[in-house]
Amino acid sequence: MKFDVKNIREDFPILKKQINGKQLIYFDNAATSQTPTCVINSISNYYNNYNSNIHRGVHSLSEEATEAYEKARKNIQIHFNAKHKEEIIFTSGTTHSINIVSNGFLDLIGENDEIIVSGLEHHSNIVPWQMMCKKTNSKLKVIPLDKNGELDLKEFKNLVSKKTKLVFLNHVSNALGIINPIEEIIQISHSYNALVLIDGAQSAAHFKIDLQKLNVDFFTASAHKLCGPTGVGFLYGKKELLEKIEPFMGGGEMISDVTFEKTTYAEIPHKFEAGTPNISGVIAFGVALDYMNNLGFENIRQYEDKLLKYATEKLKEIDGLIIYGDVKNKTSVISFNISGIHSYDIGSILDKYGVAVRTGQHCAQPIMDHFDIPGTVRVSLSFINTFEEIDILQEAIIKAKSMLS
Amino acid sequence: MTIENLQENLIEDFSFFDDWTQKYEYMIELSKTLDKMDESLKNDENLIKGCQSKVWLNADFKDGKINFIADSEAIITKGIIAILLMVFNNKTPDEIIKSDVSFIEKIGLKEHLSPNRANGLYSMIKQIKFYAIAYNKK
Repeated sequence: MKFDVKNIREDFPILKKQINGKQLIYFDNAATSQTPTCVINSISNYYNNYNSNIHRGVHSLSEEATEAYEKARKNIQIHFNAKHKEEIIFTSGTTHSINIVSNGFLDLIGENDEIIVSGLEHHSNIVPWQMMCKKTNSKLKVIPLDKNGELDLKEFKNLVSKKTKLVFLNHVSNALGIINPIEEIIQISHSYNALVLIDGAQSAAHFKIDLQKLNVDFFTASAHKLCGPTGVGFLYGKKELLEKIEPFMGGGEMISDVTFEKTTYAEIPHKFEAGTPNISGVIAFGVALDYMNNLGFENIRQYEDKLLKYATEKLKEIDGLIIYGDVKNKTSVISFNISGIHSYDIGSILDKYGVAVRTGQHCAQPIMDHFDIPGTVRVSLSFINTFEEIDILQEAIIKAKSMLS
Repeated sequence: MTIENLQENLIEDFSFFDDWTQKYEYMIELSKTLDKMDESLKNDENLIKGCQSKVWLNADFKDGKINFIADSEAIITKGIIAILLMVFNNKTPDEIIKSDVSFIEKIGLKEHLSPNRANGLYSMIKQIKFYAIAYNKK
């Protein structure tokens, strides 16, 4: 199939929007991806035609909704190549997923244990572990970054030991777009019997992930970075691990037997899905994955690589522009500053030209501290963007620079 | 001049601009007119939380009036500070407490009032009013 961006853009109604009298140029895809019509329609179709609660009703509508919900689980299992369908737990997103694991291990971690996180993490993959370490008196260790912002694997090998129980890191850094060597980290961690959780929030939209091949213990991603709706994501865990850990949210749906003396939890995945879930969101997540698979992840990757290369060259033409994390192995994210100018000022002026970027610390203060900067301007490209938009971005940055210097 | 007069002047100044570039250029010019803030005043106590660019605001109470001095890392934010200080500097706590801040909207900077912009305008106004309330009790 030919990858025709002009046609693809027709699937995204929001791209016709004007911002400050200019055509919207959306370069904040790493914060949330835009939504194609088929996904939007699946949500309204749900509410128009089969809105009802799942797993319990005996009536036809409930059966229809349950079937669609479970079909989405199957979709996700197949796409990410999990061994069992019940290894896919629906959550409200990666933050929720991470908290299920960090709370689930509270009883299994003690004061002599150590937890390792990477220095490239989003706050959502730092704070839950700090909370866990505080409660269990275990130690939190951090894999440092080298001068380019890549993880220092040599240091990781020094940090990991028989005391290490869990290792957490993102697949791709949200602030810099750097792809971490997760295969190697998983292998090394496993040789010490440490379990690994990979936060795939920033990777799942850019390439296909094979969970069984990775042999990762836990993995999570959010639908809204994959053309799906906000407020939905999933946690993958190896079956035997999910069966071992305790759920931290109690409620309906997650039980098999309740008396005032004792509750028996339901089997996985329901054990972790307390309460009525985001049914339409989960179904739409499945539709979004179908949409992206139809475009082809290989095609998406190739096109985004071309965009990244072009944008990097174009931005490097601008005097005084510094790119952070400008390494070989990265996704289509460019994090930059212009010397002497605050990222907030650049972002405010770009907005006036209709260009949406993210500015600031990107919820990753330790990375900003590493480079000793208050923040960056982050341009995150996706397959809905064009080379012409990058030209407009370059012009807008040059204009902003001349206004602000 | 009263706070109200000063606000009316600003609304008039801004009404002459045809487009946002002139408005921003004017704000950038204004940012350069701010009194220099001593580095020692840029401490944690004067730091306004919740801003994407750091903003420091210091207040001194003298002869019944509040003297503000402020600074920011970002130039557009500094321009906004300059506008606020043009209106609120050297006024009595009572005048500040009773003042209305709808002029921000009228000069077309409403977008900076959205909590999402995190540029501190919202927090700065709140802080200025807090100082006024605190000094009013003295």
